Amino acid sequence: MATATLNQITTAADHRAATAVIRVQDVHKYYELGETKVHALRGINLEIEPGEFVAVMGSSGSGKSTFMNLLGCLDKPSSGRYFLEGTDVSQLDKKTLAGVRNRKLGFVFQGFNLLARTTATENVELPTLYAQLPKEERRERARKALEMVGLADRMEHFPAQLSGGQQQRVAIARALVNRPSILLADEPTGNLDSRTSVEIMQIFQDLNGQGLTLVLVTHEQDIAQFAKRIVVFRDGRIRRDEVVKNRPRAADVLFELPAQDD
Amino acid sequence: MEFTATLKIALRALSRNKMRSILTMLGIVIGVGAVIATVGVGQGAQQKVQEQIAAMGTNLIYVSSGSVNRGGTRLGIGATKSLVYDDMTAIVGEVPLIASAAPGASATSQVVFQNQNWSTRINGTEPQFFTIRDWSFAAGSSFTEDDVTHAANLAVIGDTVRQNLFQSANPLGQTIRIGNLPFQVVGVLSAKGQSGMGADQDDGVYIPITTLQKKITGQNWLQNIVASAVSQPASYAAQGQITSLLRDRHRIRAGQDDDFQVRNLADVAQLADQQSQVMTMLLASIAGVSLIVGGIGIMNIMLVSVTERTREIGIRVAIGATEQDVQWQFLSESVVLSLLGGAAGILVGAGASLIITKLLGWAILISPTAIVAAVVFSMAVGVFFGYYPARKAARLDPIEALRFE
Repeated sequence: MATATLNQITTAADHRAATAVIRVQDVHKYYELGETKVHALRGINLEIEPGEFVAVMGSSGSGKSTFMNLLGCLDKPSSGRYFLEGTDVSQLDKKTLAGVRNRKLGFVFQGFNLLARTTATENVELPTLYAQLPKEERRERARKALEMVGLADRMEHFPAQLSGGQQQRVAIARALVNRPSILLADEPTGNLDSRTSVEIMQIFQDLNGQGLTLVLVTHEQDIAQFAKRIVVFRDGRIRRDEVVKNRPRAADVLFELPAQDD
Repeated sequence: MEFTATLKIALRALSRNKMRSILTMLGIVIGVGAVIATVGVGQGAQQKVQEQIAAMGTNLIYVSSGSVNRGGTRLGIGATKSLVYDDMTAIVGEVPLIASAAPGASATSQVVFQNQNWSTRINGTEPQFFTIRDWSFAAGSSFTEDDVTHAANLAVIGDTVRQNLFQSANPLGQTIRIGNLPFQVVGVLSAKGQSGMGADQDDGVYIPITTLQKKITGQNWLQNIVASAVSQPASYAAQGQITSLLRDRHRIRAGQDDDFQVRNLADVAQLADQQSQVMTMLLASIAGVSLIVGGIGIMNIMLVSVTERTREIGIRVAIGATEQDVQWQFLSESVVLSLLGGAAGILVGAGASLIITKLLGWAILISPTAIVAAVVFSMAVGVFFGYYPARKAARLDPIEALRFE
């Protein structure tokens, strides 16, 4: 399915345009840092189809974070176009972009970024609040999202009462609650031990199995292996874009990992 | 986001830093409390002044002989000799709005009783004077009209004079000396205290006008006439009628200055009222300054809060909060702070004015206008001083905000 390489994108772009969740065309990003001009992205072309699971890799300074901020509609490209579900979001105003982030995108961060002293349910409900859903539906969706990540018994817990893995699962539930077209995860396992990392990847694989499109930024090769496709950034350009062969199932890896005794 | 949700988030955020929120609120509490208390006390004072003026009789019209221009030299009030007894009879006879009038002339003299003496104002008048002024007697009564006709040596004394000459002795029937003449005391007036203007109303001796004119001053003109209109509203019309009557009687041509003055005590009451209003406004605006200081406190705390919660703002923006949502969130916090402070301030201010008015023995006055104004003003303070921090929060770059440690 997701076998697009740089060359193929240009040739097959026409019939794909209608179906791609994400279509990035010749995107550049510059930053003005005083006198110097930083060229963070130097012409990125990428398409992501529904149901894909893409891992974005690259060393720091490669432009992968800038690219994620663009995908997340937190930033706008200096030039080039970005179509999200066929809509050119690089032209939208701030208020509309906030709506796009709210309804079409789900964010998962390295540092979990839950609101402290706010229960798991309330944290998960937050995006529904900005979507102005009725109160009952907000509760119901938050409950379902938490069940989906296996936290049905932790709904009224505060972040401080949860382990890192559990906090990240709350964050995933929050990202899913508005039923986004795509889930963006920025180093989601960066603060977690290896076993918990694999557990999170298992959730991602399960969600992907149910049809959710995922984009994951990581610098760990073994985490990236759980994705279906790996895109490698270097110096503001895409260096490699390849399908993962012999993709491990996180559930199997977990089975083989020795359970920690402490 | 909907209103109740915003309010809930604001209340929760404020309750997280209870001590800080309370201290910030305290600024508004003191400001609003001070405004309510000063306005309350000011209005209490105003009412007290009005009561005193009403006690003087607001339907009173006071005619005094006026200043006159003699070859370019303008002499002060009382300089003319044109106001005479017949003017008074004419006022009572020809102005139907006037119920009663009494003549007045006075001289200052030493009053002696045994080994005590006291310098005071000797006023010549007629018995109806006491009715017009609504002055009551602590003992005895007024001299009669008959006594006026006979220029009898009878005197009514004010309470201050009684204290200075008689101390605790009974003055009734006693003989006092005014200048060289003996007078019998027939009445003692009840103490009235200070007038609205601060003059001692009890320092005076009242004798028949004829006695004063014939035996003491030797003058036959009057210094003033006190008249009462049939009602307070009628006093304005009566004032005009007296003026034209006297101009006519004194043969003053059109364009010439009056040689008398007609004052209406309702005007005086109004003046005093205005003065106390100005005073109240002054005090309230000083108190208002403390409200502004309280507002600056809110702004300060909100700025700290925005910085502390930079990451939270980043999260909210990332998951779909618009600039407006963030702005409303912080604005509602500052408005909730100032409104809660305002509510507490009303209680504090009402309590303070209650205590003050009780101590001063005034009527308790808590003005609903002041309460409404305080609520509106404290809300305005919340919006005004909360706007900048909220704007700052809304304008944060989400990428930077999410990176904030």
